[in-house]
This record gives sequence, C-alpha cells and structure tokens, in this order.
Amino acid sequence: MKSEGLPEKMSFDPAGAAKALQNIAPKSLSVMEVCGTHTVSIFRSGIRSLLPPGYRLVSGPGCPVCVTDQGEIDTALSLLETGAVLTAYGDMFRVPGASGSLSSKRGEGLDARVATSAMDALLLAEQKPDREVVFLAVGFETTAPATAAMILEARRRKIRNLSVLSFHKRTPPALELLASDQDLSLSGFLLPGHVSVILGHEPFRFLAEEKGIPAVIAGFEPDQILSGLIDLALQQRKGIAKLHSVYGRAVRPEGNPKAREIMDEVFENRSASWRGIGEIPSSGLALREEFAAFDAEKKFSLKPLPGKPHPGCRCGEILTGRITPPECPLFRTHCTPVSPVGPCMVSGEGTCGAYFRFFKTTGGIA
Amino acid sequence: MIVLCLAVPYIIELIMDDNRATATSGAVRTEIRTDLIDSPSPGDTVLVHAGFAIEKLSPEDSEELFALWDEVRRLAGENVV
Repeated sequence: MKSEGLPEKMSFDPAGAAKALQNIAPKSLSVMEVCGTHTVSIFRSGIRSLLPPGYRLVSGPGCPVCVTDQGEIDTALSLLETGAVLTAYGDMFRVPGASGSLSSKRGEGLDARVATSAMDALLLAEQKPDREVVFLAVGFETTAPATAAMILEARRRKIRNLSVLSFHKRTPPALELLASDQDLSLSGFLLPGHVSVILGHEPFRFLAEEKGIPAVIAGFEPDQILSGLIDLALQQRKGIAKLHSVYGRAVRPEGNPKAREIMDEVFENRSASWRGIGEIPSSGLALREEFAAFDAEKKFSLKPLPGKPHPGCRCGEILTGRITPPECPLFRTHCTPVSPVGPCMVSGEGTCGAYFRFFKTTGGIA
Repeated sequence: MIVLCLAVPYIIELIMDDNRATATSGAVRTEIRTDLIDSPSPGDTVLVHAGFAIEKLSPEDSEELFALWDEVRRLAGENVV
C-alpha cells in the first residue's frame, strides 16, 4: 500500500536517513513522541536503531487509556454496579480499577459491552429502551468530536435512556505542563497526527514560539515519523524552534473547524485528572449544561473517586517521560500484557505494552 | 478492539443521508458517519476514526515534506559536522 504521507515519487530511504541523522543530530537530543501510536510504530519499524546514540526518544501522555485516571476507572466501575449497560472502547476493558476491571465485572454478570464507535451506544439505547445505556467516553480531540456528534444525534432522536461519562482530555494543556518541566528538558515534540487533524496547527504553536521547543506534527507511517525526527534534529542544528507538519495530506493548518464546532457545542473545558500527572486545569471536557440530560455524572449523581493506583506501578513516571518501562520493578515480572498491573501495559498503544513486545530483556531493541 | 489514535482511509461509495455513508477500505465495506466533514461525496477519500470520518484527504502532497527530504538527501551526501 502506498504510504499515507510520502509522495509516490519519493522512496523511503532508511539508510540515507540514518546517515543524515549521524551528520546533523546534536550530541544530545531528547524528543518526546506524544502519541502512543507513534511509540508503537517507532518500535515496530526499528526506527530507534537508526538514531545516533545521543538521540533519545521518550514517550509522552498520548495513550488515552493510559492517562485515564484510576479514580475515573473506579467511577466507571461504580456506575456498572447501578445496573446500567456500560459501553466502552475495547482498550478500556482490562484496565484494572480498585475493585476489578470492566472485563472482570462482565464476568461477574454485570453488563459491560465493547463499542467500536460512540454510535454503538446510541443504537443499543434504541434497541433497549427499558435499560439505561452509558457510553464511557475517553480519548483526546480526535475522539471527542465523535462523542459530541453522537450526543447531538441522540437529542435529535429524543433518546432518553442514553448518557455519556465524559473523561475526554485535551492535549495542549498537558503538553504545556511538560514543556515547562525543567527536569525533562525536552528538545523537541513529535506531535500526534490525528489530534492535529482536528485542532490544526494553532493550539501547538506555543511550544515553538513561547517555550522555544521545536515541534513537528507527524503521521504514523515510519517514513513520516522519521521525517519528523530528522526535522527536529535539523531545527536543533540550526538553532531554531518552529512548528512544522510532515503530515501534509490530512492536517490542514486550520484543522477541521466543523468537528471543533460540534465538539464546542456539546463540551466545555474543565479541570481533569491525568494518571501520573495529576490535575491539569482546562484539560478535560465536560458536557455543557444544556446537555445535562445526557451527562451520566448528573444522571447517576456520580462523585469523583480518588484514584488509588497500585503502589508499585510507575505508569505515571513513564507517561511523563521520566523513566522507561524497564526501569519499573514490576515490568515483565508482575506486570505483563496477560496480567497487567497498570494501564500502560494494557493498551495496544501503551508504552509498557510496546516495550514488552519489542524490547529484549537484555536491554536491546528487539 | 479499537486503537484510539488510529484513523484509516476509506473511499466513500454511497451517501445514505445527511450524516451517513457507505465506504470501502480494501475489501472492507462499512457504514460511516459524516457529521464531522463538509459536503461528503462518492469518491472522496476520508480518514475514519471510531466510525466517523474526521477529514477528507486532498490529492496534493506536502511541499514541506518534499523540501525536507531534499535536504535530508543533501545532508546524507555531505559531511556537515
């Protein structure tokens, strides 16, 4: 299949890219790949093996499952106990909460169902008018417009037995926090392509213009990621900090205004708790008052539960690039994809899951 | 299982109503929502995420990407350190 981002006439040239990086990369470069899909693609394609020794890649808080706070998982589990049908993306099912997971609750006879789209919840609510159906909404700005569109559709169809438990999160506030973190001293951001499809360039411009950190929006094919990493090295070499995009086909500078309009019609910003980071002002999305009838928190009088993650789990430090998974004592011993302790090991996009699959126990790249 | 960041290109085949279309990707034909894009038409290539088209893909490629790889090739051929 043709690459999503590179022109047909240009061939992917890993050897040339490696040589270029050897020539241009500064001795020390620390780049955060924000998106979990980037993390996995970087491992799968062997891009790490092309990087010079000083080019360090750290994973960021870009896996929606991983950043969902423990308290939010526990809130979802408590909702299941009310007898409602809870629908959620499949990635969420094995994330452990204080009293089990959606998967284990289903094993106990409670009604949790996998959704591949927010619309699945709406259709289920129509099929089962005698049941309360709740959609557990996680994800960033890529996913939130779909939830919003579903709510608008539910209002049009006058569906009364459907609500949304919104744990959607906004990317820019988390990046602002990480960009300001002196301990991390990041020298570049590889920005998530599909969040940028919605948001466009503007919300990320502050990284370069205010924080002085180069940033590149990239797609998920290895050639696009490599292009982004080279661009960041070039910017360092030139001593400049700009926001670039190497995902030209899909990401327009203005993003997708229609999707944002729908998202803004339904949601408003609120403070949100991120696993491993804590509370970040304006980083979450709550339903606006006019959509209160579809707000599961209001409908079921849910109170935010304090998160009590496993004491040994270091997902938080991993999500903020402070340590890599092999530095966590639970990694590969007590925490595996079959029996995950934390969400970073559960999700297909989680950093721990990616390291488990691709990183040799000897410390090398598989 | 859905990978939450993933979006897959589909080609719109048939417009069903204001907010729905059928679309194909390889051998897969499915119904997608078109609420989030303007004026979907048969033949449009769209990025689909969690059942919703989130963007049309334009046939033009990135000039910026061309320029970057031109520079990469130049640097790969030169000892610039």
